Parts: sequence; structure tokens; C-alpha cells
Amino acid sequence: MMLARTADNLYWIARYMERAENLARTLRVTDRLSLMPSSTDTEGNEWHSTVIVSGSEEGFYEKYDEATPENVISYLAFDPENPSSIRSCIETARRNARAVRTALTTEQWECLNSAWLELPRWNETRVRGSGLHRFLDWVKDCSLLFTGGTVATMLRRDSYYFTRLGTFIERSDNTARIMDVKYHVLLPEHAEVGGGIDYYQWASILRAVSGYRSYNAVYREGLKPWLIAEFIIMREEMPRSLISCAAEIKDCLDRLGEEYGQRHECHRIAGQIHSRLRFGKVEDVFRQGLHEFLSEHIETNDRLGLEISRSYLLG
Amino acid sequence: MAQAIFDEMGGPGSEVRQAYLKLQSWLEETPLDILTLRREEAETFFRRIGITFAVYGEGGDPERIIPFDIIPRIIEAAEWRFVSEGLVQRVRALNAFIADIYGAQEILRAGVIPRDQVLLNETYRYQMQGVSVPENVYTHIAGIDMVRVGADEFYVLEDNCRTPSGVSYMLENRELTMRLFPDLFSRYNVAPVDHYCDELMRTLTSVAPRNCQGEPTVAVLTPGIHNSAYYEHSFLADQMGVELVEGPDLYVMDDIVYMRTTQGPKRVDVIYRRVDDDFLDPLTFRPDSILGVAGLMNAYRAGNLNLTNAVGAGIADDKAIYTYVPKMIEFYLGEQPILKNVPTWRCSEKDDAAYVIEHMAELVVKEVHGSGGYGMLVGPKATKQEVEDFAARVKAAPEKYIAQPTLALSTCPTFVNEGVAPRHVDLRPFILSGKKIKVVPGGLTRVAMREGSLVVNSSQGGGTKDTWVLKD
Repeated sequence: MMLARTADNLYWIARYMERAENLARTLRVTDRLSLMPSSTDTEGNEWHSTVIVSGSEEGFYEKYDEATPENVISYLAFDPENPSSIRSCIETARRNARAVRTALTTEQWECLNSAWLELPRWNETRVRGSGLHRFLDWVKDCSLLFTGGTVATMLRRDSYYFTRLGTFIERSDNTARIMDVKYHVLLPEHAEVGGGIDYYQWASILRAVSGYRSYNAVYREGLKPWLIAEFIIMREEMPRSLISCAAEIKDCLDRLGEEYGQRHECHRIAGQIHSRLRFGKVEDVFRQGLHEFLSEHIETNDRLGLEISRSYLLG
Repeated sequence: MAQAIFDEMGGPGSEVRQAYLKLQSWLEETPLDILTLRREEAETFFRRIGITFAVYGEGGDPERIIPFDIIPRIIEAAEWRFVSEGLVQRVRALNAFIADIYGAQEILRAGVIPRDQVLLNETYRYQMQGVSVPENVYTHIAGIDMVRVGADEFYVLEDNCRTPSGVSYMLENRELTMRLFPDLFSRYNVAPVDHYCDELMRTLTSVAPRNCQGEPTVAVLTPGIHNSAYYEHSFLADQMGVELVEGPDLYVMDDIVYMRTTQGPKRVDVIYRRVDDDFLDPLTFRPDSILGVAGLMNAYRAGNLNLTNAVGAGIADDKAIYTYVPKMIEFYLGEQPILKNVPTWRCSEKDDAAYVIEHMAELVVKEVHGSGGYGMLVGPKATKQEVEDFAARVKAAPEKYIAQPTLALSTCPTFVNEGVAPRHVDLRPFILSGKKIKVVPGGLTRVAMREGSLVVNSSQGGGTKDTWVLKD
């Protein structure tokens, strides 16, 4: 048993750190893709896609007319007015951490606190050129340190499961969005037309979920769009896949259900999401339509998040 | 009162005092750049752990660290025994006084303290009249501010009976000196302080409300992360293994207090609250408070909840009431006060006010309800204009001010920019009262980092030191 507010804070700390990491991955891939000579075909659409992946389209276009690299980096990485910018994520995570520091281990707290202390050293000027990658790597490191610290140091009880739920609900959402924004290049019919550009696009989707090298280790037959989709949606050995997230979420909720001796609506939804991925086939996904499937997943995942809040976090 | 400044180590020209001999030789053999390095490490430690303190209304860094002076202050066993006995005596009397005020008011009937001084005092809470509290204890955690002016001369400067802060610094400072200077630490036989939080927990559970069955559930109530002492609140909750709650985490139903948990409501029995009386319960006190809990006072009165420190405990630490503490000790305990009060002029009295205005440039003048070094004048350090302005304020509302002679606060060796030099210090030990009274051997030593300065408050740039009480 713990304070509902504490559980809520832990859950959101994990979500914000995961969000920052995914944003960093996406920005890195975008930057790489925009360097490719062939990207002239898509006319800077990469940066626009990134804004969409981040879910901050509305806020961005209120402020800017065009998705130039400078605008997008400024808005997604540093803008304090964007509640999901990397800066805002780290600041919010650290503010939440301060409010519940007794529930965090020393390692978790120090990781969030050092990230926050270090943050003011980064700004638009410092990330010009090669600085961008250093910055994005740093963000990724902070998040990995937090997630690793969580697994390595936190007592296995409710507080741990709420933290982990935050990580996986957010990751599941982010993975689905990363794929959804590029779903058209993953369609089977596209494979026929696919040329050099598509290859870069496919690789970039994999890179954004840290799965480029793992994909090759699993399939050993070059990049095939439907295999990429299968890999990211349904392969259990891929730690950022939708099914892995679903399995972790289900597990955390089961543990909470045992600890508290009570199950809620969130348990039912989590089970449903998991079994659909566990027993479904990638062909069915394509039959339904990849975009439709991903949109539905994002929506169900959202509803799951709300149900978790309702059952535990509002008190 | 002695005006020569007493240096606790033994300043230049005088002999080094016994307790400081080993420290002095250690200082002589340790190069300054090592000290500088250690000071930097200390600062990193504070920043990393997030031990910060907010200073209100000045802008700038909202999370400032209080300068930590790495050279410990040393108090001998015999000196501490004397101080500690005096503290226990004083806090017993303060508790007896508060209980009396909210009970039979015998001290007022006996004419020892003027009725108006108490009943018209802003810190008096009529809502507490006739309310009985467990063990008759009101100030469960008291911080008594003391200064030293000579080898055997200690004065009490101020009693803090409401929500004294600083104990986390006492504990973290010790942690830090042991880490930074294990060799120096091991040369001394220092009495430990780290059991403070266990004692605090024992104190809190010993004053469970009368309707509590079984092991009481304790929580620490904080105004939230924007409070200047937030770190301390979370530190104490953590060390005691209890929840750190904010107002919205609690609610009252049928005069019972519950906290909102992941498993639904959980009953709370004892709240160590670090929220001021005025903000505790919008139904009883300030209706605009969002820091408190509606109905808390009803639960308290019904015997379903205990609040520490008790509501209304501030009546005992008002600066005007302070002057009567020696008389309280005689009245309630029939004893002579062990610790002296600083002679104080109450401007509410005509003759005193006249004297204070006349001699303002020699005196320290304080607002009766001020704290944290705000709203005070240090006469000898003030400009002519400042003295005149302050005199005008005293004339306008004399009852709001008291004055004391400028004390020659003792100094301790302190590591400052110029090297190791004497700086003025005070001492705040913490006294725990539940079924029993406990004083952990130590306290918070505050040090004025600027040469000659007598203002040790952290809000005014003061620092802290680890305080070593030696064992026999």
C-alpha cells in the first residue's frame, strides 16, 4: 500500500523519462535521415514526421509555419512551453521526483537530479552540428540510467510496479507512433516499388526503436517491410516491441493484483491487449490495415493508462 | 555581560582549549588546498542529494544550498551535561505552561504573567481551550536557540515550540564530516546523533490519540516541495519509514482522518505536521488555505488524531512570552532555571520602550513575531538612518518589539576565503517530548560566514557546522 499521489508521481516520472528517451531516438534518426542525399524526394518531410511522432503537431504549428530542423529541434528538445519537450520531460520528472523522493532509491534520485542539474548546460547553440548527437546521447543515457537504476535497486513491491507500468505504457505508445508515422513504407505492396529511399526509411524505423542490429540477428535475410512490422509488433524477444510492452504491463498489473488481492478493469484491458498480440498473426494486422491497427493500439493503450489511474492513482 | 569575544578553540594569544587540541594539530598538518577540495566535495554532496533550502522573495536560485563549514565545533561532555539538563528543564516548563494556558490558566490567575500578554497574543488559539492532548504534551519537538559568551556562560536566545527545522542538517552534517575527515573523526570520541529519527518515531508513537487501537499510523504533513524546509520533511519521513503527505492526500470523514492510498483509504493517527496552525484546517482557521485538511481539528478534538506539535504551541515561543520562561520554571517546577535568558526589554512597557529608543544603536531589536532574521535591527551594525527608521517603527507599535543587548557570541574556527578564521556561532539543540523527554547529544550549529557578523540565519547567508559532543 502506498499514497496514491506517490504512485501517480512514480508512474509519471517513468513515463516522462521514457518519453524523453524516445524523443531523443527519434530526433537522432531524423537527423540522420535528413542527411541522406535522397531525402530531397521527401522534401524535409522527415522533420514534419518527427513532430507528428512526438504528438505535438498542434502546439508546434501554432508557433511555427515550417518544420525546419532548427524549429523542430528547438521545439522538441528545448521549448519550455512544449510540455513534452525533452527539457520539460526532464524537469517534470525531477519535480515529481522531488515530491516523492522518499519512494525513490538513492540511485534513481541521483540520476534524475544530476540530469536536471546538467540540463541548463544544453541549449540550441550548443547542439548545432555534432553537438546534437552528443546531447541526444546524453538524454538517452539519462533515461537508460534511470530505467537500469530502477530495475537494479528498487524493492519489488507496488512502488516498483507503478514505476515500470509508466515505462511500458509510454514505450508502447511511442513504439506504435514511430511505426504509424511511417506505416505507408511498411505496406507489402510498397515492397515492389521500394528503392534506396525505402531502405533508409525501414532502417530508420528500426533504429528509432533500437532494433536495427537486433533485426538482423533475428531474421538474417535483409530488410523486409512485413518482417520489420512483425519484429516491432509481435516478436517477444524484441524489448521495445508492442508485445514485450504488453507482457510487462500485464505482469506488473498481475503482481499488483496479487499484492492487493483485487483486480480491476485495467487488468482486463491489459490481458486483452496482450492476448491479441500473443495469438494474432502479422497477416491479420495487414488485413486490418497497419495504420488502423496501430491507431487502435494507441487508443486502447491510452484507455489502459486511464484505467490504471482510476484504479490506483487517484486515491 | 562579558564583552570580550570568547573563542571556543582559544583564539590567538590564548591557550588552545583541551577539547580542541587534536583539531588544532590536525588543522596545522592539513594543507589549505586539501580543505578547499573537501569543501567542494561537500558542496557536490549537498547538490547531489538535493539538500537545499529556499530563500523567499529574493529571486535567484530557488534551491540554494546552505554553506557547510567543514570544521566541526566541539563541545565537551561536562559542558553538554549542563546544557542538556537545562534544556530538559526548560522544555518541561514550556509544556507545562502551554497545558496550563489551554487548561486552568493558573499562571495567569497567580498574576505571574499578565493575562493580556497571553490571551490577546496572536499565537494564542482559543480553539484549543479545554482540548485535552495525549500525555499533556504540546511541543513534542522543540528547538532551543542558544548562544555561548564564555567558558561556562550559555544563554537561551529563543525557544522554537512550533515547527523548528534544521535537524536534518544536524544529521547530514555528521554524515558528511565522517565521510570527508574519517581520520580526524576517529581521533575523537564523538557521541552519535544518528538515532535521532528512531527517537522521533518513538516519541510520535508514544502520543497516539486516545481512540487509537493498536500500533498508530504516523505521517509527516508538508506544505509541499515549494516549502523552504521540504528536504527536511522528506528526509524525516524517509528515515522514520512513514508517508510524507500533503493536504490533498488526506481527508476527514466522521471525524476520522484518512490518507488516499493505492488501496483506498487508510486511517492516520498521528500527524507530525510541518504546516503552520493557520493553514491546517480551512474550516477552523484560514478558509483560503489549500495546504490543510478540512475537518482536521474536529478529528483532533474528538481524540481520533494527534497533531505534533500541538495547535497553539506557539504561545510558548512568542518573543514577549520568552521573557517569562525563568518565572515559568519556578512556577511549574519549583526549580531555579539552569539556563539563563538574555536580559530583554519589552517595548510594550513604557519605561522599557523609552530605554530602547534611547539606546537603539547598542541593542538588537526584534519583532515579537518575526523569525528567520527578518524584521530585526542589529544596532551596532546599523547605519544612523536605519536606526532612525527602526525607532520610528518601534514608536508606532511598541508592543510589537523587544530588545536585547548585543551579545558577544562565541566564535569557532571556520574555513572561509581568507583561510581558517574565527566566526560567530549559535546552537540549536532539539528536544523530543512524548512519554519521556530525550535530547540527542548535538544540535545545529549555525555560523555567520562574514567576518564580525552576528546574524547566523541561513536566510541571511549563514552557514552550518557539524557539532561534536564528546563522550567521557
